[in-house]
Amino acid sequence: MGARDANLFKDIEHLIRLAAVIAVALVAFVILRAAVVPRSFGQYGHYRGAAISEIASRPVALAGHDACEGCHTDVVDQKKLGKHVVVACEACHGAQAKHADDPSSAQPKKLDTAVVCARCHEANSAKPKNFPQVATADHSGGLACDSCHQPHRPKIETAKIEPEGKK
Amino acid sequence: MDITRRRLLVLLPAAAVAWKYVLAGTPEASPNYQMTEHWWGMLIDIPKCIGCGSCVRACAEENDVPEGYYRTWIERYHVEDWKIERPEVESPDGGKQGFPPHADDGGKNFFVPKLCNHCAESPCTQVCPVGATFVTPDGVVLVDKSYCLGCRYCVQACPYGCRFINPKTNTAEKCSLCYHRITKGLTTACCEVCPTGARQLADLKNPKDPIHEFLKTHTVQVLKPHMATGAKVFYNGMDGSVR
Repeated sequence: MGARDANLFKDIEHLIRLAAVIAVALVAFVILRAAVVPRSFGQYGHYRGAAISEIASRPVALAGHDACEGCHTDVVDQKKLGKHVVVACEACHGAQAKHADDPSSAQPKKLDTAVVCARCHEANSAKPKNFPQVATADHSGGLACDSCHQPHRPKIETAKIEPEGKK
Repeated sequence: MDITRRRLLVLLPAAAVAWKYVLAGTPEASPNYQMTEHWWGMLIDIPKCIGCGSCVRACAEENDVPEGYYRTWIERYHVEDWKIERPEVESPDGGKQGFPPHADDGGKNFFVPKLCNHCAESPCTQVCPVGATFVTPDGVVLVDKSYCLGCRYCVQACPYGCRFINPKTNTAEKCSLCYHRITKGLTTACCEVCPTGARQLADLKNPKDPIHEFLKTHTVQVLKPHMATGAKVFYNGMDGSVR
């Protein structure tokens, strides 16, 4: 028995060397992996969990109509009298978060109603039939819409027009 | 303690699980917003869409979308009589400046706003080789641009054509459902500016969200349902010609 055992382990030195190499490689792999893979990787799944909060923390560009309505109460009152009450401020005026943060330094641009109004109200057979639409070329001949309409309360009050028509 | 073969077999998986937690780190605290309480989607009411392009412009401003690329866009469909499988579709500049005047030329005409469908079983996240795109626990498909290689697998994989490579960063980009807005209690930029309410953000996990009543009482559809992507953008009044 003793002779057989000695025979079996006579080359054990090779095995130990091999095991040492594998152990070093394993340790190197574990250290390297820990260094390279972001800490939050795998937090929720096969991705960097911290990416979610990074994306969520981006600043907004559109303030939202609630922010506008806090100051511009006169416009809110006007809008309430007409159909444009449902249209958010930034649909026409564009992104205004900077203006909401610092009203004096970032001023909204004056809008060209001939362009802005036509985006919604230019006649197109694909628009819902009950949506008010005009062929602007025939309707106003390129005249800016706010020559006649008040954009926040677009319906022209007949009482105001009548004196002009009677003359 | 002697480590027998039996003990080792028990210890190894336990050590592996423990190591996974070490690598993952501790979950971050999010006091105001709980991801597990939401499951986001969108409702698009096609008969209400006027093709004004407000959504496309607002999206571009909100997300700094490069010129000529679109995270959301509007298509104008023209379907002749019975030729439902051959619709004529146009989308000039993604519908960003609205659509040119168009007299009635017969057939059926309507607008279809498109965006990422935030699929629950999204094909785009499944093909990402590095884990740079993923479905969040609240059901939004996002891109981690600091991890994206720009390999374009996801652009090819999306059946809805919702992804593109940003020419400035050379990374994949798509609609994020304004994740930076909805986590702050705001609605998305496109839903904020939609003048007719054709677009509405929907939280499917919130029982008080009007989406539930709407889905119950209307005939809604998702795009390409045969692909079983678990799309969460629901279209009301969608014609069979829409693809």
